[in-house]
Amino acid sequence: MLGSMGVVLAAASTSGHASWVDVGTFAVAAAIVLAGAIGVVVARNPVHAALMLVMTLFGVAVLFVLQRADFLAAVQVIVYAGAIVVLFLFVIMFLGVDREENIAAEPLRGQRPLAVALIALATTGLLLLGQVSRWTTGAPHVAGPDTGQSNVALLGRSVYTTYLFPFEATAALLVIAVVGAVVLSRRPPTTGPLANPQDGEPIADDADGPDPTADEVAGPDGRTDATTGGAVVPVPSSTGRAGPSGSHQETRP
Amino acid sequence: MTINPDWYLALGVVLFSIGAIGVLVRRNVLVMFMCVELMLNAANLTFVTFARMLHDIGGQVLVFFVLVVAAAEVVVGLGIVVAIFRRRSTANADDLHLMKG
Repeated sequence: MLGSMGVVLAAASTSGHASWVDVGTFAVAAAIVLAGAIGVVVARNPVHAALMLVMTLFGVAVLFVLQRADFLAAVQVIVYAGAIVVLFLFVIMFLGVDREENIAAEPLRGQRPLAVALIALATTGLLLLGQVSRWTTGAPHVAGPDTGQSNVALLGRSVYTTYLFPFEATAALLVIAVVGAVVLSRRPPTTGPLANPQDGEPIADDADGPDPTADEVAGPDGRTDATTGGAVVPVPSSTGRAGPSGSHQETRP
Repeated sequence: MTINPDWYLALGVVLFSIGAIGVLVRRNVLVMFMCVELMLNAANLTFVTFARMLHDIGGQVLVFFVLVVAAAEVVVGLGIVVAIFRRRSTANADDLHLMKG
């Protein structure tokens, strides 16, 4: 990482009219971004991956500031680091999957090297393409120049005039997302026919949410799923299917 | 004068590639989601860079919308993960082979 930092520093400073402050800030932010991204991919513990994601998001926010996108940098920190990652952490701890994963286990033979090779090939091709041709073609100043006024004023005017309809559609999207999240995570009443554990998947009940047998299994000792945080649904059909990853959790007394 | 936009674009490419590798390689559904977030951030960085290169605020507006869509996507996706975990008690993508032939 330090090596790549040095390369970036040297190359960017030779490009001429860039102040050392900008170059240094970019190099540090880029190193933080890349280190965080690699950390997300290689971290065994999902909690560590989430924290590495926060690091990457902060680095990207610094790069936004460096490109005079002040409002987006603030939104990046507030929405991504403040809301999305916290939501990730909530779900990780809510589900109780914050345990180490065996990275070395390779369920599909040859899938990992193939994936890495293909992505590396595509990345190299894209970088070469950017080298031999121009990144941008086309006309500037479509939605107004981004100079002269404050970033927030320009962004606000653009959102409320040119992009008014997408902005309204965003409201609908958010409402749909909220309704979807509530529907997906709510617990329906556990009435209905019991699914046969030997019968494979109770496909007919899939649309109704959790398995009705959960109540029967967890019921006798008075513990419902709500007391265990909803993390444990000891359905027989799923205990028999718990994979070798060991992510199944058994906390019944 | 700020530094050459090419560096931002190259960084965006590399960040996107790391995210794509993560989605393809990891098996934990939550970590796969995080890698999707990495890819979205790479796209955002590219949008902001193009907004600066073309002197066009539209790129930044688009980042705004990407943020909203990412938030909605994470909310619904994590809801699906929770619903799956209730039934299967696993967050491993390889254990979810219900539709395997």
